[in-house]
Formats: sequence, structure tokens, C-alpha cells
Amino acid sequence: MTEYSQNQARYLKRLLYRKRLIATARILLAVAFFILWETAASLGWIDSFFFSSPSRVVSTAFSMAKEGALFLHIGTTLAETLISFGLVVVLGILTAVLLWLFPSFSQVLEPYLVILNSLPKSALAPLLIVWLGANVRTIIVAGMSVALFGTILNLYTGFKETDPEKLKLIYTLHGTKKDALLKVAIPSTIPLIISVMKVNIGLCLVGVVIGEFIGARQGLGYLIIYGSQVFKLDWVIMSIAILCVIAMGLYAILGFVQRHYIKKF
Amino acid sequence: MQPLLEVRHVSFSYHTIHGETPALSDIHFSLSQGEFAAIVGPSGCGKSTLLSLISGLLAAESGQILLRGKNVKGSNTGIGYMLQKDHLFEWRTIRRNALLGLEIQKRLTPENLRRVDDMLDSYGLGAFKNARPSQLSGGMRQRAALIRTLALEPDLLLLDEPFSALDYQTRLSVGDDIGSIIKKERQTALLVTHDLSEAISMADRVIVLSKRPARIRQIVPIVLSIPDRTPMKSRSAPEFKDYFNLIWEELNRHD
Repeated sequence: MTEYSQNQARYLKRLLYRKRLIATARILLAVAFFILWETAASLGWIDSFFFSSPSRVVSTAFSMAKEGALFLHIGTTLAETLISFGLVVVLGILTAVLLWLFPSFSQVLEPYLVILNSLPKSALAPLLIVWLGANVRTIIVAGMSVALFGTILNLYTGFKETDPEKLKLIYTLHGTKKDALLKVAIPSTIPLIISVMKVNIGLCLVGVVIGEFIGARQGLGYLIIYGSQVFKLDWVIMSIAILCVIAMGLYAILGFVQRHYIKKF
Repeated sequence: MQPLLEVRHVSFSYHTIHGETPALSDIHFSLSQGEFAAIVGPSGCGKSTLLSLISGLLAAESGQILLRGKNVKGSNTGIGYMLQKDHLFEWRTIRRNALLGLEIQKRLTPENLRRVDDMLDSYGLGAFKNARPSQLSGGMRQRAALIRTLALEPDLLLLDEPFSALDYQTRLSVGDDIGSIIKKERQTALLVTHDLSEAISMADRVIVLSKRPARIRQIVPIVLSIPDRTPMKSRSAPEFKDYFNLIWEELNRHD
């Protein structure tokens, strides 16, 4: 254990204090929100039929969990999200690599990628249903469509920004473009790949929910649409709450991967 | 005897959409086995371009560059090139950085591995084989980069201002270090620098280039009257100052 001077100790103490303060404030904010919500609903400030309440959300979740339906919906959405995310990772990296290897090819494709990336993907969803049918495949494609083009563009830009001097080094060692890719471009882009994926897993979830809105018989997106149609707003709000938790969890997992990777260096 | 490297009447221009910039004009010299030559010239005069041409990364527009009588253009494994920065990869250990060239050329044979390990040991990096580049000092990093280049056993070593990214003090000691290693390995080398004292302290011959488009102004053989010449000792040789003045005037001559 290192010995600290008094000033260093005071500095560290202040730092720790600040960190705890922020964590406490975060928790208090959530607690205050839930208390306010619950009170407002029970005192009749808001109509709990439309706005639900934390206790109603929890009891709905419990009863649905007892029937097992809840886990089916969560599992479906989660599985679809992870599959589409996996495909985005693979296809995104592969395409970005191909674009980097063939610059003329990528110059031809670039404007189209930009258009596809800026297109609101929810506009594609009805079309996907017609083309592919109302099934899991469509929903996975919907999830991918939201994240894929941005991934390709981001990774391609990352590859292009590889230090030209490092590439020159490979060529001075008499390497080929393949060596430049495998020894420099990809390893130096891994931190970017991870941070792009951190954003994308959330985007896949968005796409999957959009897909479930219009073409599913199960999943949280389906539950939201169905709930709103039969005025079971407890279901809707519970599903949204669960989606929040899922999004947070997925982000945290990739955040963990990122920290772990950075620590290795 | 045939010289190791022959540069015959080489000219080169850069082409951009805005026009043509002549960089080198009628460069002609040769290097024999075991010789250490330095090229000096004003900055931006095309010194680095000349190294890119010799290494075969660029093709000369006119003239010929021959290594052991063969044209250098194309896949040429006889030339090692040391760049301004060490460009050690942070995602590799020092040992794996040093092995990069051998790995690329698929020459990771047991004897090559042993040779690299020996070099790492004898040049003070033995304890750092599994360290990351960021854990090393600038001088150690430059030594690791040199070993990476020497691992390929090049016939000719090109050095493109390899010390310019270092602070002055480190620069002197690393120059001494690397110069001694090159002498010890009896490596033929061509150093590009804008630092006159560095050139004089390390080289057997100094090639003085003019402003762009670079032509050869003069080739000055360096003969110092000191035993066991090293770059550091060279600086205190009585002739050092005279060579410095001679080359300085040559560089600043207007015509």
C-alpha cells in the first residue's frame, strides 16, 4: 500500500465524496419520481387508468410472470435484439472491410450508404412485413435495418483514419494490403468497433420494437401495441419500463467489455 | 567490385490536380558494402522522397535504382526502412513488435526468433520483451524499432530522420546507440537528416542536396582522426568543426 501525503489524502477523500454525492442524487431522483407518481395516482391527481402507477406496474408484472407470459415476451424481444445485433456486428465489419479494401468501389457506394443511413427505418417496416411476412425473420431484419448502415459508415470512416505512417510501415516491411488490414487497420480500430457497438445494441432494440409493433404475436413491442388497443395501459407502461431495464443492461454489458478491453492496455 | 546500391540519374516529380512539383533532379551516387552515408539538405527538399524511391515504395520517373545490380521496384526484401517515428503497435508486446516484419514475411523460423531474442537481450530490451511500447522510453522504443527492421537482415538500411521525434538529449544518446549498433552489425546504411552534426558524427560520407528540386551539391567523405570512432566521440574530433562549416556553406551557397 502506498503512503499518501495529507494533501493527497484530502484530495482523494473529496473525490470519493463527490462520487458518492452523484450516485446518491441519481438514486434519489428515481425514488422521488416513483413516490410522486404513486402518490399522484393514489390521490387522484392523475387517472391511474391512463397513467398507471408503480404499484400497478409491479402487480401486473407479477401476475404476468406467474402465468409465464411475461418471460415469453421479454425472451422474444431479447433474443431478436441479440440476433440482429450479432448480424449487424458481422455484416457491418465485413462490409466496412470490403469498402476499405476497394476504395473505388466504396466511392461509388458512399452516397447510397448515406441515403440508407439517414432514411427513417420505421418507414421500411411495413414493406418488410409485406415482403418477408409477419415472422421473426422480419423483426430481426427490422432491428438490423436501424443499426447496419450507420455501423458500416462509422467503421469505414474509422478504417480510413488509420495512421498512414503505420500503413507505410507495413509496406516498408514488404507487407501486402492484407497485412495492412490484419496487422494495423483492424487492431487499431477495435476501440472504435466496441464504442460503435455500444450505440448499436440500443438501436437494434429500437428496430426490433418497431418490427414487433406491426408484425408480431409476442414480444414487448407487441405487448405495447396490443395493450394500447385494448386499453390495458398497465401492460404498455410495464413493457416500457422493462424495455428501459433491458436497454440499460445491454449498454452496461458492452460498457463492461469496453472497460475490460481498455484495461488490457 | 560492384557497389551495393547504385542510384543512376534519378528524377522524380509529384503530380497533383494543381500541377506538377519536381522533387528530385538527376540524383546520381552509389554506396558500397558496409558503408554509412548520410544525406543532408534543406527541409522539404525531397530527401524522404529519395528514400521512398530507393525502398521501392515509389517508382522513379526517369533513371534507375539498382540493389546488387537488380532494379529495386517490386517486391524487394533486401531493403530495411526505419521511419521518423517508431510506430510500435500498442496492442503488441515489444517482442511481438520486433517480430512484425518476420511475421509478415512468414519467416518466423526458430533461428530467426533466436536472433531477434538475442538482439533484444544485447541491446538492453531483454527485460522488456513482454512490456507494451508505452512503458518504454523514447530511446528504447527507437531501439526496438531498429531491431524490428534488422530482424529482416536487410542488405541496405534506410533511416529517415529516425531521431527527429526525440528531445535533444535523448537524440544524442540514441544516435550514439543506433550508430554503434549499425557499425557493430556491419550494416550498410543511408541516413536522411537535416541535422548536420548528426550526419557528420555518424556517416562515412555526407551527400549534400540543394533546395527543391534537389540536386546533389557535393559528396563529402568524412575522415576523422580518432580511434574507435563512435557518433559521440566523433563530435570531439578536431576535423568535426571544419566539416560542419564546409557543409554549412555548401547548403547556404546561392547559385
